Amino acid sequence: MTAVSESQEAVSAAAPEHLAAAQLRRRSAWRAYELVLWLVAVALIFLLPSKALLLTEIAIVALFAVSLDLILGYAGIVSLGHGAFFGLGAYVAGLFARHYFTEPVTGLLVAGLASGIFGFAASFLVLRGSDLTRLMTTLGIALMLAELANQMAWLTGGADGLGGFTIGPILGLFEFDLWGRTGYIYSLAVLFLAMLIARRLVHAPFGLSLKAIKANRVRAAMVGVPANSRIVVIYTIAAVYAGFAGALLTQTTSFVSPDVLAFHRSADVLLVLVIGGVGYLYGGIIGAIVFTLLRDWLSVITPQYWMFWIGLVLVVIVLIGRENLARWHTFLPAPVQRVFKRAASWRPGVKLGGGG
Amino acid sequence: MLTILFDGVAYGMLLFIIAVGLAITLGLMNFINLAHGAFAMAGGYITVVLMNRYGVSFYLCLPIAFLVVAALGALLEGTLYRRLYSAPHLDQVLFSVGLVFMSVAAVHYLMGGQQQLIHLPPELNGRTEIFGIGVGRYRLFITAVCAVLVVALQLVLAKTRFGSQLRAAVDDGRVARGLGINVSAVFALTFAFGSGLAGLGGAMGAEILGLDPNFPLKFMVYFLIVVTVGGTSSMTGPFLAALLLGIADVAGKYYFPQIGAFVIYGVMVIMLVLRPHGLFSREGAR
Repeated sequence: MTAVSESQEAVSAAAPEHLAAAQLRRRSAWRAYELVLWLVAVALIFLLPSKALLLTEIAIVALFAVSLDLILGYAGIVSLGHGAFFGLGAYVAGLFARHYFTEPVTGLLVAGLASGIFGFAASFLVLRGSDLTRLMTTLGIALMLAELANQMAWLTGGADGLGGFTIGPILGLFEFDLWGRTGYIYSLAVLFLAMLIARRLVHAPFGLSLKAIKANRVRAAMVGVPANSRIVVIYTIAAVYAGFAGALLTQTTSFVSPDVLAFHRSADVLLVLVIGGVGYLYGGIIGAIVFTLLRDWLSVITPQYWMFWIGLVLVVIVLIGRENLARWHTFLPAPVQRVFKRAASWRPGVKLGGGG
Repeated sequence: MLTILFDGVAYGMLLFIIAVGLAITLGLMNFINLAHGAFAMAGGYITVVLMNRYGVSFYLCLPIAFLVVAALGALLEGTLYRRLYSAPHLDQVLFSVGLVFMSVAAVHYLMGGQQQLIHLPPELNGRTEIFGIGVGRYRLFITAVCAVLVVALQLVLAKTRFGSQLRAAVDDGRVARGLGINVSAVFALTFAFGSGLAGLGGAMGAEILGLDPNFPLKFMVYFLIVVTVGGTSSMTGPFLAALLLGIADVAGKYYFPQIGAFVIYGVMVIMLVLRPHGLFSREGAR
């Protein structure tokens, strides 16, 4: 405790804006678990080359879940239709590769842009109303898109899905291989860059103001946070991210199935996020790892009925309570807890043993 | 033209009977229950099993479906739902989506994924002419049953002691409890009754709506539309919304099969943006 209180005294002597800046810096510092996670993700390229397809799926689901976390965990918007942006990104990437240009990075950006524009337009619809109204509005938008994609068979292939295109090498340099190794590296790189930006965003005053809106919108407005414009901005960013995730799926599989817009996508991504924990970004990644492995394992055991077990997991999570799930480590024996605490509070450049 | 109108009315009545339980849990008890369609599906499958395997008469199946599903609803309310009344909406959504997934997979496992058919009694098959309009007898039967139920519901809510207790419990649970009303018993009974009605609706609708394991997912939105568009301040709102939706859906699918569903979702979104509290609600009502 001493180190912390000393440093607090030292800054409190300074001007309040320095204090605030120091606090923001401290919150945004890299944690040990983050570094370990990324190092493991990179190491897996070499350690598990045979599982690259599964790893790619994890990276894509993770990016999608992070995008939902931005609006659910930070701005507090419960959405049952986040799959709309995922599906839109997937279709745009597919159509772009088929009709215009097969280079994936360009396709990714175009898909993100399209999703972002759609998300910007849709964001004005979630500004008003209660949780239920937003739920229905987001769900309605997703269903409209799904219906549209199904009916416009001349453009999207309808129920047969959109195929018949090949994705060129990334930046003209790296060819996609049969084992999915390039696909994994590509998805991981996109996920990493997206996470860098998202981290920066949520640790900036912008992210704090979102949390204020989530906690109490009226009070946030009273301290001068423009709630509506903040929600529009974060909703648009989240839509871009979801579009990226959809585009990645299209580009790594060279196929768009109408399933990308199905209701269960939106429900699955909620589950992913809830497994990992809402409101700290890495919840999406951890949830994606657990969820994808779980689904992979279940669909081997019970190919048709894995949906039942997924449903059971959801019910059990809610009954245990999400907040208990998030502090699972407090149920461990005390010595183990201490180790975890040290590991979690350790960050590069700070002497160990400060505690906090 | 008038036949389509009548089909739409029958369809809307059916939607209302299924969704009215949801109007109470969602609108009055403020619980987002996406699993409501699962109760309707249970009613449908009970009827199918009883009729096709044990040869029970269709008319007897309907009350059985109502009672069994009501019991199921009471059981789930007492064990699971009750804990979540005051939980955040996100938890309620997750919980009920989980229940939907479980019910879909369980029914798929038990009954298979194919569309289920029931054989209506011969007197309900075919058409009759009323005032020169060809009307399906079965649809006439549904309309009659639902109309009776609607009137009965309205009377129960407005005139009986239980109805007053329910309205009191919903308006202010704490004061109602202070007056000696057993609020949780009232809610449990209401939930069971709502589930039972959904089961009855599912049993009658097996012929019209179709019945397969994806029923709760397919119709979830329809039930939600009835409740959110109708508002929850009275029985009439959801009733009118259900009729409108039924007519619009039948007519839309008949005249514009290409864009029918699209229009309904679109209208719903616009509606929600313009009138977030429902089409027929009083300003400021809960």
